Amino acid sequence: MKIGVLALQGAFREHVYSLEALDAHAVPVRLPDQLDDLAGLIIPGGESTAIAKLMDSYGFHAPILRRHEEGMAIWGTCAGAILVARTVVDGVADQSTLGLMDIEVRRNAFGRQVDSFEVDVSFDDFDRPFRGIFIRAPWIESVGPGVEVLAEHEGKVVAAREGRLLATAFHPELTGDPRIHRYFMERVVGASPA
Amino acid sequence: MSDVQRETGTLRVKTGLAEMLKGGVIMDVVTPEQARIAEDAGAVAVMALERVPADIRAAGGVARMADPTIVEAIISAVTIPVMAKCRIGHFVEAQVLQSLGVDYIDESEVLTPADEEHHVNKWDFTVPFVCGCRNLGEALRRIAEGAAMVRTKGEPGTGNVVEAVRHMRTLTDEIAWIKGLRPEQLFTAAKELQAPYELVKWVAENGRLPVVNFSAGGIATPADAALMMQLGCDGVFVGSGIFKSGDPAKRAKAIVEATTHFEDPDIIARVSRDLGEPMVGINISEIPEAERMQERGW
Repeated sequence: MKIGVLALQGAFREHVYSLEALDAHAVPVRLPDQLDDLAGLIIPGGESTAIAKLMDSYGFHAPILRRHEEGMAIWGTCAGAILVARTVVDGVADQSTLGLMDIEVRRNAFGRQVDSFEVDVSFDDFDRPFRGIFIRAPWIESVGPGVEVLAEHEGKVVAAREGRLLATAFHPELTGDPRIHRYFMERVVGASPA
Repeated sequence: MSDVQRETGTLRVKTGLAEMLKGGVIMDVVTPEQARIAEDAGAVAVMALERVPADIRAAGGVARMADPTIVEAIISAVTIPVMAKCRIGHFVEAQVLQSLGVDYIDESEVLTPADEEHHVNKWDFTVPFVCGCRNLGEALRRIAEGAAMVRTKGEPGTGNVVEAVRHMRTLTDEIAWIKGLRPEQLFTAAKELQAPYELVKWVAENGRLPVVNFSAGGIATPADAALMMQLGCDGVFVGSGIFKSGDPAKRAKAIVEATTHFEDPDIIARVSRDLGEPMVGINISEIPEAERMQERGW
């Protein structure tokens, strides 16, 4: 089972390492034809505007949507969560997203870098909290009816799932804690097709 | 509530932003309009300045932190992170930049140093710092002082990549050297590098720097950017190279694409076409030693 990590810009290497620590077959994805045999795709943290421009220039949108339709699971962290969202608040004027997941994400919602923080985040699925690293992080402002809220911080949704889509506002790849990568592999990629 | 455990300004949060910038291009800008051109081209961050290094070089005199009005105007113009430069050792300029809300401070040799012995104690700040280096010892001294990101210096404002290459190769060679040493040799290596033993040991064990390293100083073309990426840096700063060229928007986008696809010569060839006039370069040997910015930093 091959998991791709979109490697246009951002913390893609850390996702590759995290997946490899779980014995997954991880591959960096720089061009759309590399999506073809993936069971899952991670869209990493980075600058969402920069990643979106590169996705546009190299024609990623349609192939990602098609592959998701065919069953490819997708997980977006931070900038990646913005890119999978149906709606973005406070983005740049023409910010294009994949519009896949029925969530509304507010960009840089937790503030600028001086406001960036780390904090313990509780998940119902985990027996102890996960150390969330929030960097100029977005939050999920609202979720549609089919979306399961996985974690909140100060009343804001910071992790959510909808079928074969996962979104986190923080950066599990920077912690060395494998639990959310394992959750993605086992519960989102591994989920039987709806 | 979980709020009691909420911590800002931790090392992970500071180095984390640099991790998010990897594979990207950080562009020098002097106006809100330039900042928007940079963001549109796909820059991961902008460096807010009063003058780009080529103009600082031409103007001479003492170069200082930018006017807060310029920094604030650029912060309001874009949604990507905004960096700004303070003089080496000028911790009050750094305090001012933190209070303005910049996302990263560059304690930079491009400006005239304020202290010829000490750099800023960067642990005192919530905002993260990036610092220049020409070799491993310099990089580790800056990291010991709290830098959360480094950049090889190159020679700023020249459009000549030769010094950037020299510094990147030096860093890589020295890391390889440290990695090959026996444990008892690391103490002497630390003495030679004039760097803390604990950091030297970390580099020996991990075979890399503990923070993200970008390349800077003299990058002017897409091929320059890809060259530095192939030599092993994590991303690039482009200073004068974009807005001192004939078609900044097109060149900026081309450098962004070449940085992402740095191992793909077909793409680099395509984006390098018809970029208009590049900035006029300067040969390093024509710059008097006293005017070489890379020598600043201790």
